[in-house]
Amino acid sequence: MATKRELAALRKHKSQQTLRKLTDLAEKVVAQAQRLENPSVEIPVRALSNVRFNKKKQIIEMGDRTQSRTLFNVNMAKRFAQTFLVAKACKELLDAGKTTSIRDLYYMTKHTIGRTSENTFDDQAESDPIIEDLEVAVDTLREELHLFASNRGSMVGELTLVDAGDTIDARRQGSGGWAVPSIVEDEVIQFKKCDAKFVLLVEKDAVWRRLNEDKFWRKHKCILIQSQGQPARGVRRLVRRMTDELNLPLYVLVDNDPWGLYIYSVIKQGSINLAYESVRMAVPKARFLGLSSYDRERYDLPDDSTIMLNSKDVSRAKQMMKYPWFAERKWQRELKKMLDSKVKLEIEALSRKGITFISEEYLPRKIEERDWLV
Amino acid sequence: MSAVDRPAGPDGTSRRPPGRKKAGSTPRKKRSAERLARGQRDISVSEFFVKNRHLLGFDSPARALLTTVKEAVDNALDACEEAGILPTLLVEIEQRSEDRYVVALQDNGPGIVVGQVPKIFGKLLYGSKFHALKQSRGQQGIGISAAGMYGQITTGKPVRITSRTKPEHPAHYLEVIINTKKNAPEVIRDTEVDWEEPHGTRVEIELQGNYKSGKHSVDEYLEQTALANPHAEIFYYPPKGRKDVVYPRLTDELPAEPARIKPHPYGVELGILMKMLKDSKARHITTALREDFSRVTPKVADEICKVAGLSPKARPTTIANREAESLFKAIQKVKIRNPSTDCIVPIGEELIRKGLEREIENASFYSVRTRPPRVYRGNPFQVEVGLAYGGQLTGLLDHGDITDGGAWVGGVRLNPTKKVEMALTAISGITRKKAVALLLKAGIDRATKTGMLTPHQVGLLRDVLDAEVRSETATRSIQLVRLANRVPLQYQQSACAIHKAVCEVNWRRYQVSQPRGGLPQGPLVLVVHIASVWVPFTSESKEAIAHYSEIIDEIKRCVMDCGRELGSYLSRRKRHKAQAERRSKFDLYCGELVEALHDLTGRRRAELKKILDSAADHYAEVSDEV
Repeated sequence: MATKRELAALRKHKSQQTLRKLTDLAEKVVAQAQRLENPSVEIPVRALSNVRFNKKKQIIEMGDRTQSRTLFNVNMAKRFAQTFLVAKACKELLDAGKTTSIRDLYYMTKHTIGRTSENTFDDQAESDPIIEDLEVAVDTLREELHLFASNRGSMVGELTLVDAGDTIDARRQGSGGWAVPSIVEDEVIQFKKCDAKFVLLVEKDAVWRRLNEDKFWRKHKCILIQSQGQPARGVRRLVRRMTDELNLPLYVLVDNDPWGLYIYSVIKQGSINLAYESVRMAVPKARFLGLSSYDRERYDLPDDSTIMLNSKDVSRAKQMMKYPWFAERKWQRELKKMLDSKVKLEIEALSRKGITFISEEYLPRKIEERDWLV
Repeated sequence: MSAVDRPAGPDGTSRRPPGRKKAGSTPRKKRSAERLARGQRDISVSEFFVKNRHLLGFDSPARALLTTVKEAVDNALDACEEAGILPTLLVEIEQRSEDRYVVALQDNGPGIVVGQVPKIFGKLLYGSKFHALKQSRGQQGIGISAAGMYGQITTGKPVRITSRTKPEHPAHYLEVIINTKKNAPEVIRDTEVDWEEPHGTRVEIELQGNYKSGKHSVDEYLEQTALANPHAEIFYYPPKGRKDVVYPRLTDELPAEPARIKPHPYGVELGILMKMLKDSKARHITTALREDFSRVTPKVADEICKVAGLSPKARPTTIANREAESLFKAIQKVKIRNPSTDCIVPIGEELIRKGLEREIENASFYSVRTRPPRVYRGNPFQVEVGLAYGGQLTGLLDHGDITDGGAWVGGVRLNPTKKVEMALTAISGITRKKAVALLLKAGIDRATKTGMLTPHQVGLLRDVLDAEVRSETATRSIQLVRLANRVPLQYQQSACAIHKAVCEVNWRRYQVSQPRGGLPQGPLVLVVHIASVWVPFTSESKEAIAHYSEIIDEIKRCVMDCGRELGSYLSRRKRHKAQAERRSKFDLYCGELVEALHDLTGRRRAELKKILDSAADHYAEVSDEV
């Protein structure tokens, strides 16, 4: 384990590297303008067209295609300036050694331009993608820019860890659990004592509360994390570190609908938008515990516990079937079965079989029977 | 007055006096006019007048007023020019009662010898320009006396003339009536009077009329006359309630006097040819051809005879109908040089431009073009075009001061005793309904007495009026000013060759909107002048030019010359606008960028601004796609 001083030195080194990247980007613009070239920033394209599924590594990787964002183009001038406004704000943060939320950054960079009524950013939805652009443009991570998103996800279980110097015993976090921060790099979070045998990530807060109340994690010696829908970067990076450093298997429990399946898919092999993060966030060995399209029959769930697929669900499922990372037969079967039955199944539907059915029957049986997909 | 003399209602019928054939091609008109001139003495002149008032331009009270002014002005300008005097005209219109006006026209011309006065003003068809092939305003002697007769028929009042020929001679005041039975003038009063003018003529005609503004108005006619005659100075005193207008002289040079030329063989029709041969004093046909026509050399004359199968020694007077016809056909087959074109006197590009700039101050673009003279059917003619675009034309009415007497809005003094919704209708084009809508927009109570309006309200009123005009001009047809031998043409616009030519030009190519086959639209004034020894009008009222393809093509070429310039001006303006917009956008974001780069690189703001500014200059000019 690194000492506090070593950690501080590491942080400083990292932030100086990032600063360097930002100033280099700025100097390049100045040099281009001096040569009367149109200043440009090359931004890797974050779209389906520019990701590829690395079958060997089982992760989604970003392609080489970049888009030039140029200053002297009426359609791009604003976004060009915005990119540097964000870079400027990040430099301030790095210089001060502070981190801030992306919401805060929106306010740091938001002001009216000149004597016009135009804003640099109209809302956060406009500044968030610019931050991602900057990340990929200078090949850095959001954390390295000293930015974080709002905390999302909470955790309990058989683990002791250190968060920003404070020791956290995840066994004693009450009913709410420990909130997973946005930045969980090793200079912030260090793992201490681990008695867990696996990590269970559930999509839903309500289900997580049930399991916590039943002290499922104590009984089955595990770490219980909820992601509240699509997991935030902090949660993804944390489960990755736990699988890597603590050598624990990761189980994922999601709704049986296209969106649930895709949550699992993002944890397993990464997302299109953050394909450049897959390398350090994806958990290719993550195990899909459920709910499977076949669970309804296998666990004899009543028909009226299902919900009809709507048209959005159907089109999303069809779209997903075409993704290369869903090409394997088992996933095609899952999706096909879902489409054929025309229904989806939420995790809560298990409660129809009794309030503790999930913690006492479903999960133990699944794990025991190794009834999962990878 | 006898019953016949009284004006009948609108004539409506197209009965023509005996001896007149339906006017077909141009030169035939000439013949019919001659016959008319000779035959007319036998019938009652007033009967003829009443039946033909529509041909002469007196078919409605409004038009009668305009025609009267027009004839008087034409007369005065001709008189001054013939005497080599720079014309100064006074035009006064005074309203006597609801439908009764007095038109007074005073010039600084040579004056008229007393003995001639009655003939000129009291006898129809006196004085003849029929034989002259010369560029002239071209009235057929029917003008001023017809106006006088119209006045006399409708009001019973004589024509009143004051004239003086030299400072040392006394001025004479005469009252002349026309004895309609005899077509003879009668002087009912002749006195010597004191007159401050050293020389000149003043004519006053009282008539039944109707004064209006806008299209086909005296105002418009005088404005266009001033444009066509930049050497004239015109003082215009309209009826009460309208502003006096002065058109100053734009040049102190009289236009050169157009030369008379002999007819060119190509432009002579068979009937005229026969008449000319009959009247010829030459003994041989070849001599006659050489002496009475222009551009006929002995060689050409011989060739014509040869082609016609006539002896060169044949006597012109004895050439019979059939021989005349083969002679006529031969003329068309023989190649004859075009007539000399120095007999045409255009207004000139510089003066058209000056006139346009005076009439339409602050247009954003002007273009003028005078084409070299050309020939149609042996008649030399020349086309000129002037064009003014945008600026003031895109809207903005002419407003005057606000005084105790009321407020001037849109060129009209609003009657202070009337409700404002009524007072506004005095502005041409403003109906009661429109006035109500405008007042609503301005937030002014429509029932307000005009005299009670605050200066602020008047300002609001002017603003909404201007906005109205501005939005209307964008989709309104352009204003087309047609001039023929310096005379503005007012009526029958769509029957005119000028109108046809302008419509046939593809204006969209010049960035001007144009409905299919129609006049272009937008804030554009287009002036087209045709000068010719013989302008082919479609009818006696001389309001529309006949559709000769040579003339239409030449007008089109000339209009297109100006159109091209306008087009490149407009696309330049568009480009500049886009460029400026791009540049201002760059400036906006470069300002932000300078701050960011300053923080990131530590370079000085001024240095960064300079670097980005010069790059922005560079890239504002090239398009984004590059």
